[in-house]
Amino acid sequence: MDMKKVHKRSKALVIRETVVSYIFLAPALFFFLGFVIVPMGMCLVTSFFNYTMTDFTFIGFDNYIRMFQDEVFLKALVNTFIIVGVSVPAVVIFSLWVGASIYKMKAFTRSFYRCIFYLPVVTGTVAVTVVWKWMFNKYTGLFNHVLLGAGIIDERINWLGDERFALACIILILFTTSIGQPIVLYIAALGNVDTSLLEAAEVDGATKLQTFWRITWPSIMPTTLYVLVITMINSFQCYALIQLLTSGGPNNATQTIMYYIYYQAFRLYDYGYGNAMGIFLAIIIAILSAIQFKVTNSGKVD
Amino acid sequence: MNKGVNKITPYKIFVIVVIAVLAVLFTFPLYWILTGSLKDPIAINAAVPQWWPLEPTLDNYVRLFEKPAFLWLMNTVFMAVMSMILTCITAALAGYALAKKRFIGQTLVFSLFVCAMALPKQVVLIPLLKEMAFLGLHDTIWAVILPTVGWPFGVFLMKQFSETIPSELLEAARIDGAGELKTFLTVVLPIIKPGIGALAIFTFITSWNEYFLQLIMLNSQEVLTISLGIAKLQAEMASDFGLIMAGAALAAVPIITVFLMFQKYFTQGITMGAVKG
Repeated sequence: MDMKKVHKRSKALVIRETVVSYIFLAPALFFFLGFVIVPMGMCLVTSFFNYTMTDFTFIGFDNYIRMFQDEVFLKALVNTFIIVGVSVPAVVIFSLWVGASIYKMKAFTRSFYRCIFYLPVVTGTVAVTVVWKWMFNKYTGLFNHVLLGAGIIDERINWLGDERFALACIILILFTTSIGQPIVLYIAALGNVDTSLLEAAEVDGATKLQTFWRITWPSIMPTTLYVLVITMINSFQCYALIQLLTSGGPNNATQTIMYYIYYQAFRLYDYGYGNAMGIFLAIIIAILSAIQFKVTNSGKVD
Repeated sequence: MNKGVNKITPYKIFVIVVIAVLAVLFTFPLYWILTGSLKDPIAINAAVPQWWPLEPTLDNYVRLFEKPAFLWLMNTVFMAVMSMILTCITAALAGYALAKKRFIGQTLVFSLFVCAMALPKQVVLIPLLKEMAFLGLHDTIWAVILPTVGWPFGVFLMKQFSETIPSELLEAARIDGAGELKTFLTVVLPIIKPGIGALAIFTFITSWNEYFLQLIMLNSQEVLTISLGIAKLQAEMASDFGLIMAGAALAAVPIITVFLMFQKYFTQGITMGAVKG
């Protein structure tokens, strides 16, 4: 904070302000420290322990070493990266395209489409997931019926039970539930782009594509960064879909880190190992967020 | 050059058609839930899907309410409302202090809030469960409410809204001799009201749909939420899609109604939260 300002005011006033501020902050800090920071600390500490129902001994980095010798974990890691690698770019590109296509429409139409694309988010993970499970069903599902009818496939496919398709199905559902928020954000960001700049570019004879890359894209960069980070965090944490649809199967084809953490912790009661994987995941996310922040910021023309 | 803002180009037609088709596809799962919930077992399991329930029946809902579905719904409402109220109070107070006051440790407190938001919150659920067990709150609705209130998004959002309070107004109130609480209630609160509205609706919806936290914290039949209830139905009777769709409809329709009623505030909330602070 600004030290000069502090010096100018009397010390008593600073202390008074501080006390008052913390009284205002106290309820929020209570919940935040108690139910976010404390568990995070516990997570970090216990990741260095062999921590089960019966045992609690310090084992240093053993849990972290074990991770990289654990084939299921490595498979989960690869799957998680596939999910993130496919869904993040797809969500960003698609939501930007939809946002750009509808932000200039009439207020009513815009708000109509915004609601439509937000629907899968509001409907809730569980409700959305159970209906997709039905649609993917081998015998009574819509997909097989439509694709057979269209002649795209010649026999019924067990979508979620087939190693070749299960992960793709998960990514598709994740995609439909992930684009709602980015679209809302992009519509707002695109509406805030300085129109005088856009008009100037048009007068100068810039093509639509040039205008987009030179003016619109840099202006909405903060939104893109935010969308990248939230989509990445959500995709890394993909759990509910797996738990409700495939339980990580078939043959670990849809195993993700988040699912494996809870499998270790709540099926095998290996809390220490689960927490170590959680910390590892948090570190990956932190590093990737930092990289995205650096890259998008350096690309900005100031 | 043609000033072609309203000119109809092939690309524009393409866009309109594609967006309309996508809109249909995105609405379809909801349509399939609602129509599926009205189908009898024969229609549900028909090899050729009925695009529209030919003989609609409420039988699935009757069977759903033979289960404790009403209790699940009440639990969910209680959870979402309490999370909403507590989040709004704590976040409004904290956001105001962070935005408008200068105090020792401010940067540290704010950085902690922001950094925590970038972390995967599901990672801390194992220790959180242990903590709740220690506090004797495991398997109660409070075990879900308290961490929801602790999540710093609300504080961050309310800080954004509080930045818009003119400092002169606060100064004027101080000169008039108003105490801190009075200033907050009479000057600050009326200005940040739309922000609180946005946060309230946002928290209500996210809390309603926060499946993972509920799954970890709640086990007993009496404390299940509607999301957990459907997941349980799905685990126990996987092929009874009619019943499961009725459950999904019961979970989705109230929250969609709330969303549609307050969507303006909601949109404002997520947009404000994204603005860099």
